[in-house]
Amino acid sequence: MSETKYQAGDAVKVRAAFPPGHVRTPHFIRGCDGVVTQYVGSHPNPEELAYGRDGMPKKPLYRVKFNQADVWPNYEGPAKDTMVIDIYEHWLEKNQ
Amino acid sequence: MTIRRHHDMGGLDAGAVEQTEHDYAIWEKRVDAIVKVLSTPERKILSTDELRRGIEELGPGVYDNLNYYERWISSATNLLLEKGVITVDELGAKMADVEARWQKDRDTGS
Amino acid sequence: MSHDDHDHSHGHDHSHDEPHPYQPDIEDAPFTERMVMAQAVAELIVEKGIVSTDEMRAQIEFMDTREPALGAKLVARTWLDPEFKARVLTDVKAASAELGIDIGDIPIQAIENTEDVHNVVVCTLCSCYPRMLIGLPPDWYKSRAYRSRTIKEPRKVLEDFGTTIPDNVEVRVHDSTADLRYVVLPARPAGTDDWNEERLTDLVTRDSMIGVSLAKSPETT
Repeated sequence: MSETKYQAGDAVKVRAAFPPGHVRTPHFIRGCDGVVTQYVGSHPNPEELAYGRDGMPKKPLYRVKFNQADVWPNYEGPAKDTMVIDIYEHWLEKNQ
Repeated sequence: MTIRRHHDMGGLDAGAVEQTEHDYAIWEKRVDAIVKVLSTPERKILSTDELRRGIEELGPGVYDNLNYYERWISSATNLLLEKGVITVDELGAKMADVEARWQKDRDTGS
Repeated sequence: MSHDDHDHSHGHDHSHDEPHPYQPDIEDAPFTERMVMAQAVAELIVEKGIVSTDEMRAQIEFMDTREPALGAKLVARTWLDPEFKARVLTDVKAASAELGIDIGDIPIQAIENTEDVHNVVVCTLCSCYPRMLIGLPPDWYKSRAYRSRTIKEPRKVLEDFGTTIPDNVEVRVHDSTADLRYVVLPARPAGTDDWNEERLTDLVTRDSMIGVSLAKSPETT
């Protein structure tokens, strides 16, 4: 998809920002490294919709996969376990 | 400095999942209907995002002490007041009216 | 949540006649401020002409038709028809419509359990759930314990539900943080080769479509 910054397979990092207010990027994933698995369309920004604004322009949304062992220091399950979270483009940075 | 709001609870420690369920009471279904009909694309009086944000703003104590649909109606009502869809006076009068009716129904056993 | 004052079950609907139905199901329980508030708001929005009584009633009745059996039917059909499964994985709305199920506007994505991956769904931030396909979520799905623990120790949470996933199978937790909802397509149980769709549908539980359980096996029916 040429309009979107990321493609499936891209290595990304979730921005380690902690703004107050309505945010749909869970706190535990901020600063973590993952891989984009899918672009799932562009949508009005929920951070704006939450305050009665129209949330435009739409923001691209991605499914991003993370290894559990990379997110939780004491993860007890197998190394292959993962989580997938839907994250907006403005919360992601490219990882090299 | 990291800020974590009360509702953002993924990864916190907690006890066993109590596998409780209950059939939804009519008042709960009514809350569900209220938020649904007011947030249709045609009306857009409330949005799901505003409702969620309103719940998040209830604060930790209130969040934990209210059950699921109590949180939703609290948020919806606050938003409706803020937006001037209903006034404080109207709401107060109507709530007093409902309470009186229900109390009377209960007292007369009807 | 610290308490739940609606533990008694009452599966039958009471009158939806507005403007003010009494609620005999809470006869012995006090009515709370929020119950009164809900009733008051419902009446006010009708009185102000914002919505009609009919629309409120229709909405309640419509949600009553949303139940796990709808999703179960979808899953059973995917077990019998690989091309239908491919359509479900591409577009749940269109595939559901083939079965006469209208899932509305909120997108639902199907995620398939395989030999290599077991999926489980949570909404850590609130309680997003594919309700238009499988009905309203159970209390535990919205609980603090489920929302906190599933994302970080899914195998332990699954054990709480009596489900053990072997170590050679990846457990993948999906946190529905945006507008997409997720429904798990559980794996078809062994020993069901000659089963018809109706029998297969009975094996698909709500919990297997959340991912905390597998579909029922034939021995248990």
